[in-house]
Amino acid sequence: MKDIILKAENISKQYRLGQVGTGTLSHDLNRWWHEIRGKENPYLKIGDTNDRSVKGNSAYVWALQDINFEVERGEVLGIIGKNGAGKSTLLKILSKVTAPTTGSIKSRGRIASLLEVGTGFNPELTGKENIFLNGAILGMTKKEIASKLDEIVEFSGCERYIDTPVKRYSSGMTVRLAFAVAAFLEPEILVVDEVLAVGDAEFQKKAIGKMQDISKGQGRTVLFVSHNMAAVKSLCTKGIVLENGLIKYNGSVEQALDIYNSQNKLTESKICWPSAEAPGNEKAIIKSINVFSKSGFNYIEEDVFVEVFYENLIEEQVLNVSISIFDDKENYLIASPNLNREKLKKGTFKSVCKLNKNTFNTGKYFFSVLLVGNNFELIVKLESIVSIEFKEEGTKRGNFFDTWSGSLRPYFDWSNSEA
Amino acid sequence: MNNTNDKDWLFEITPKNKFFRLNLKEVWQYRDLLFLFVKRDVITVYKQTVLGPLWYLIQPLFTSVTFTIIFNNVAGINTGTIPPFLFNLAGITVWNYFTACLNGTSDTFKANASIFGKVYFPRIITPLSVVISNLIKFGIQFIIFIAFYLFYYIKGADLTLNGLVIFFPVLITVMGILGLGLGMLISSMVTKYRDFSNLVTFGIQLLMYLSAVMYPMELIKDKLPKFGWMVEYNPLAYIIETSRYMLLNTGEISVLGLCYTLLVTIAVFFVGLLIFNKTEKSFIDTV
Repeated sequence: MKDIILKAENISKQYRLGQVGTGTLSHDLNRWWHEIRGKENPYLKIGDTNDRSVKGNSAYVWALQDINFEVERGEVLGIIGKNGAGKSTLLKILSKVTAPTTGSIKSRGRIASLLEVGTGFNPELTGKENIFLNGAILGMTKKEIASKLDEIVEFSGCERYIDTPVKRYSSGMTVRLAFAVAAFLEPEILVVDEVLAVGDAEFQKKAIGKMQDISKGQGRTVLFVSHNMAAVKSLCTKGIVLENGLIKYNGSVEQALDIYNSQNKLTESKICWPSAEAPGNEKAIIKSINVFSKSGFNYIEEDVFVEVFYENLIEEQVLNVSISIFDDKENYLIASPNLNREKLKKGTFKSVCKLNKNTFNTGKYFFSVLLVGNNFELIVKLESIVSIEFKEEGTKRGNFFDTWSGSLRPYFDWSNSEA
Repeated sequence: MNNTNDKDWLFEITPKNKFFRLNLKEVWQYRDLLFLFVKRDVITVYKQTVLGPLWYLIQPLFTSVTFTIIFNNVAGINTGTIPPFLFNLAGITVWNYFTACLNGTSDTFKANASIFGKVYFPRIITPLSVVISNLIKFGIQFIIFIAFYLFYYIKGADLTLNGLVIFFPVLITVMGILGLGLGMLISSMVTKYRDFSNLVTFGIQLLMYLSAVMYPMELIKDKLPKFGWMVEYNPLAYIIETSRYMLLNTGEISVLGLCYTLLVTIAVFFVGLLIFNKTEKSFIDTV
């Protein structure tokens, strides 16, 4: 049984470019004149796609065009896309902040939106007063808030300051308090924008945990926009990729992330080509490249793997993948060829290179990938095609907290003795 | 089973509102928010001030003193047996309620753009909260009026209440609704054309002189017969004149004028609501 809780049909949203105010009156009058004669709005032409980098010829632009999707009860839908793809506009329409230009959204449940934490916080009011005010703005009744007040205060960790005006709070505390209120909302559908990007690491963990509770534990439907791909992957069950105001993909979250990542070449640790666009020639093509660690955080203290999928298109061919690693200043650090000389049959193969732990320093590293055929013939050369950011657990630092210099950071043995 | 039939949707988000929609049910659901907004407005005004709510009293008192000196002592406007100060205080207290409502509601969209841009609740809650919190402010100012009334009464001034004073709350309600209606109308215009917020600032100043605040309506008809019609067409003048009639038993009561006022109020309120409803859907794109 399919239990559709939310359905968007042909949602489009048009914005006027440039300054509102100059020429608005004349456009308004013109629009009104068309309307009373029963003609179509002259400024509502279906036209350019919304690519901000390309100069258009219209004063109006479609931030969203023909958006159709359905959400089932209990589903967690991740909405991803580059800046300006229309994510926030879609969320604004969903949360009734602005109306769509065309189309409609039908819902079977109460929608609460969290486009920002702490909306309507008044600095003069105390923490407790603000909990009530903010809760009411988000659609809770006073009774609901009162019954959850203790939990909210505990979750925020601001117990001691609860009767102090919010203007005396640190910015971190304000955010904690604000998120705590939002975390105890109980709508059927929750719409969440990039609100997890605030607060310290501990709090982010708590916030993501809470979101997981809401979606998995309580079976609530969540629509989630984020640039934090790890969060999207761990929270969402479905994904939508937006590009220039259009839905590019709607389906499983893994596939959505793959498509999104392929839009952001060089800045992502993973790249995957649809077979028509895969780099290569008639002998072989590369299908995907992925750099990853077990934890997903790419700690320098753990092994990192470079995984390359490629397809051999002719029989009896020797194929070798080779990688080169550069630091963020484009220093060539390491070349590591695969020296396997085995002849391959037709089909898809995978080569994995394990980069031993404790080799690199923290920071960004770029990977070039080569695919070499028979007689060292170069088939594909992809320069700085993927990159990862190494982080550090800090287990090997001891009491040294300053910057650790150098592009590489292996831990060599030291021995000390009296000479 | 596939329950995608179009009948059981809870609600629908569409490009335009129905032509006229006052969703009272929704407003009722958000009544706690209304209450909290009122509380916020009342509390925050005098936080971190020494005189606190006394500030509510200082302004009308000083204005009344000024008016008494200029209009009664210098210009010589005759208020009959009523002490001029009390006459002015009555007019100003009532007038202040109107200006507070209009000022407060006329920038609803502009002042609350940051909240409105992030979360949905029935937008009308905001102007409603302004009207209600100003009613509380009016109540405090009205207490000072009563205090001066008793003071003059004990001193032996010839003061009588009119029996119609029981309708005074109705009169104030009408005034609040007029202020709300006009405020909603203007706030909707301001989202696109900022010119209107300038208009309000000085328009209110001018309007006061046409609203019989510091003179009896009778007087303007006698002295300026050519311009008297401007006052006679002003519904606010009737409200102020009538409130003085109720409180101080001075001036005249015009049934025709009050009916006219009521009609204008209803018309302004509904037009205001209509435009407000139309604006709230997508003002965030233009504000």
